[in-house]
Amino acid sequence: MSLTIGVPREIFAGEKRVATVPEVVEKLVKLGFKVVVESGAGDAANFSDDAYRGAGATVVPAGGEVWSAADMIFKVRAPAASEVALLKPATTVISFVWPAQNPELMQQMADRKLTVLAMDSVPRISRAQKMDALSSMANIAGYRAVIEAAHHFGRFFTGQITAAGKVPPAKVFVIGAGVAGLAALGAAVGLGAIVRANDTRPEVADQVKSMGAEFVPVDYQEEGTGVGGYAKVMSEGFQKAQRETFAKQAKDVDIIITTALIPGKPAPKLITEEMLRSMRPGSVIVDLAAEQGGNCEWTVPGQVVVREGITVIGYTDLPSRLAKQSSTLYATNLLRLTEELCKTKDGRIDVNFDDEAIRGATVIKEGAITWPPPPPKLSAAPPQAKPAAAAPAMAPKKSSHGHGASSEPASTKSLAITFGVGALLFWLMGAYAPASFLAHFTVFVLACFIGYMVVWNVTPSLHTPLMSVTNAISSIIAVGALIQVAPPIDAATSDRPDRLILGLAVVAITLTAINMFGGFAVTRRMLAMFRK
Amino acid sequence: MSESLATVAYIGAAILFILSLGGLSNPETSRRGNFYGIVGMTIAVLATVLGPRVTAAGVPWIIGALAVGGGIGLYAARKVQMTQMPELVALMHSLVGLAACLVGFASYVDTSIQFEGAEKAIHEVEIYIGILIGAVTFSGSIIAFGKLSGKIGGKPLLLPGRHWLNLIALLVVIWFGYLFLQAHDPAAGMMPLIVMTVIALLFGIHMVMAIGGADMPVVVSMLNSYSGWAAAATGFMLANDLLIVTGALVGSSGAILSYIMCRAMNRNFISVIAGGFGTGAGAAPAASGAAQPAGEVVAVSASETAEMLRAAKNVIIIPGYGMAVAQAQHTVYEITKLLREKGVNVRFGIHPVAGRMPGHMNVLLAEAKVPYDIVLEMDEINDDFSDTDVSIVIGANDIVNPAAEDDPTSPIAGMPVLQVWKSKTSIVMKRSMASGYAGVDNPLFFKENNRMLFGDAKKMLDEVLGALKA
Repeated sequence: MSLTIGVPREIFAGEKRVATVPEVVEKLVKLGFKVVVESGAGDAANFSDDAYRGAGATVVPAGGEVWSAADMIFKVRAPAASEVALLKPATTVISFVWPAQNPELMQQMADRKLTVLAMDSVPRISRAQKMDALSSMANIAGYRAVIEAAHHFGRFFTGQITAAGKVPPAKVFVIGAGVAGLAALGAAVGLGAIVRANDTRPEVADQVKSMGAEFVPVDYQEEGTGVGGYAKVMSEGFQKAQRETFAKQAKDVDIIITTALIPGKPAPKLITEEMLRSMRPGSVIVDLAAEQGGNCEWTVPGQVVVREGITVIGYTDLPSRLAKQSSTLYATNLLRLTEELCKTKDGRIDVNFDDEAIRGATVIKEGAITWPPPPPKLSAAPPQAKPAAAAPAMAPKKSSHGHGASSEPASTKSLAITFGVGALLFWLMGAYAPASFLAHFTVFVLACFIGYMVVWNVTPSLHTPLMSVTNAISSIIAVGALIQVAPPIDAATSDRPDRLILGLAVVAITLTAINMFGGFAVTRRMLAMFRK
Repeated sequence: MSESLATVAYIGAAILFILSLGGLSNPETSRRGNFYGIVGMTIAVLATVLGPRVTAAGVPWIIGALAVGGGIGLYAARKVQMTQMPELVALMHSLVGLAACLVGFASYVDTSIQFEGAEKAIHEVEIYIGILIGAVTFSGSIIAFGKLSGKIGGKPLLLPGRHWLNLIALLVVIWFGYLFLQAHDPAAGMMPLIVMTVIALLFGIHMVMAIGGADMPVVVSMLNSYSGWAAAATGFMLANDLLIVTGALVGSSGAILSYIMCRAMNRNFISVIAGGFGTGAGAAPAASGAAQPAGEVVAVSASETAEMLRAAKNVIIIPGYGMAVAQAQHTVYEITKLLREKGVNVRFGIHPVAGRMPGHMNVLLAEAKVPYDIVLEMDEINDDFSDTDVSIVIGANDIVNPAAEDDPTSPIAGMPVLQVWKSKTSIVMKRSMASGYAGVDNPLFFKENNRMLFGDAKKMLDEVLGALKA
């Protein structure tokens, strides 16, 4: 029997997102599930009930019905206590849960013998990236942060020279180059601002540069990568150097976007009151860490504060402010997770604890709390080992076939052997061969060297024409046949088998003529194609 | 024309040949280079025909032979498709080899030239070696032609104890060479000469039969080299410096090409000359079975591919033999043109051994009118993959296998490869998940940023083109 997925309307104040979208409903139905959507669930994100119906879902009236009909519940926010009470026992719930912050909720859900998969606990392993809703949401938050900043900022982002005068570009400083930070970078660069970024993890510098922004390092040696690719708490000395760097930036930039979060800890206070005062009036701070207390001393979570001409935006619902986009991405993350749970595609799920991704996400299994999971097996970015291992592998490759310089210098020993053998051969030849042969031999050896020098200069793209032209040239053998056709013969050698030689020579000339004409013609044809 | 004048003309021809090869250093000068070659050849032939060694009685024969052969050659050159170039080149090598044999035999039975003592011995050794190389080139090239045109299966034919067979053949050839030198008149020497020729022919067949399809670039350039040495040996035999010079030029050219090809495949030059291929690659995959790549292969459709291309700024296309087989180069160009018009920076990355002969891909792309300045060599483009949004691999496998760099136990470890996995997304167009020529699984397919587009290259590219135009 296939399971029914219930999608209730989010009741959290101001939450506009919805856990599934019509496009994804279709795919869930294909996987064999029935989908029940509470009426009005998608309204705030611009998905009408009719759209859900069109995609194959059943729309039930608002109220408790969706909860009692469902074997699985897809939600965005963690279920409220009132919602948990509506659930059938043994229901599977998939939503954001934040088990560390919500121990009471966890206990309540465990008591109801639920199975709960927390989207915030999906491990950060490569395979699970497709279901990483935190990244999806962070991406949206980063983008929206720039849009909010632009909204409150009184100037253009991009520099312009207009008839009315020159407009300097806005300078944006992004603290923390995680998913949200990088998304913010991208959006700000796209708007034309000068963008700088800082992060405690040095390996993200390349990513920052690849987005077209500048990386501002803190002048202090300490590795900041923690478990699972997240940042960790830094030492006192580092923090001091970091504050100095930020203070310098604060004086210079117009907009600061902070995204510094450390898992399970309050957000570090990075932008002090003193730095805020040093900023130009009209500057804007967007604090993406507001929910965890904020990176900035003036942040009020959920609010926009204007103090001494500085705007500090502490919205905690940035993804929800882009509800259609975030619902679509979140729904797709849920779909991917569902696909993993339902490998058989028959509308039934299997919470398989051998699967690292599912194990990590499952925080309650049939009433037993299974959180926290064992640590993930590998960090997302093993920082130093890789370049070191790659270096020797790269090294031999460097000896590319540079034109002219044929190869790496041979070792002294093999060079000595080569010369020794060569000298011996030459000596033997000099000792026994007649002079007439040696004359030809000289020509031969020198021609080999000329050929060697000339051919190394041939560009690799012309290797095929090179082969066809050398082929044509090698029909010079015709000369050998030509002189055999009818040489001037004196009477003394009249026993020459003229007819046989003539026959052989004529055949040889014919063959080489094919080569000669064909080779040059086809080379010509090919070379004519090489055009700029 | 006097003997001296003919000699001077030969020197001129030799210089023109050198200039001809030198011109190929750059596509701009290459057309002139080819012209130099034609002029050189004309001078050489005219100087010979008008020279003291040819009497008027032979001229009709010569003109007739040149006309017949030239006609066939020009016809073939006009008709051949660019994808068939490897076959044509192989066939032409065989003609040179055969001609060298014929000239050798004719020279041996020609009693009008008499030598004494060491000179006689040397002359006979020259004949013997000339015919030997010519015969090997001839039969080897015929087999290569058969393999390249698909008339003979591409699989390597490995006779048991084939290295011993080759060694025995060599010893027999040396023994008959000794008998040949002992013979006093042409009639007595003819038997060893014919036996040797037959053995050389068999050796040529055996050598190339033992080599598989994707190693053909090495074989074709090696035969190119052999045909040069055959010409040089003929030059020694006839005491003609022009033949020696030209033969040496061609010989070293082919040798360098085979060397480049060997290095591009990370193979040993010696094992190629001996025709000893496929032994290493055959056994190794079983041993490295433990290191099978695992993970998910993500397939995409043609329209999704088009979508990715449309969103990209930098695109690199890596063509392989699959493109030649599917005759897809014109569609590739259409796509390239469309994307370039939209401001996408499209370039091509060519691995030295992509295709069946050196430079095969370049010629195909040139035929499809792809401008050569966006067609880059592996060394030129490998550093640019990290800035590339989409790289498309069309019908290639081993040349983009990251195992060559990452996995020291891989049979192709150390082979330089195009680092497509460094681009943001790579799309591999392939008919199926089958492994490449080397029989090695390709971890690229399982990489997270890789997508597979299954199907015939031409058909899929047509669909991509259609989706791009829509």
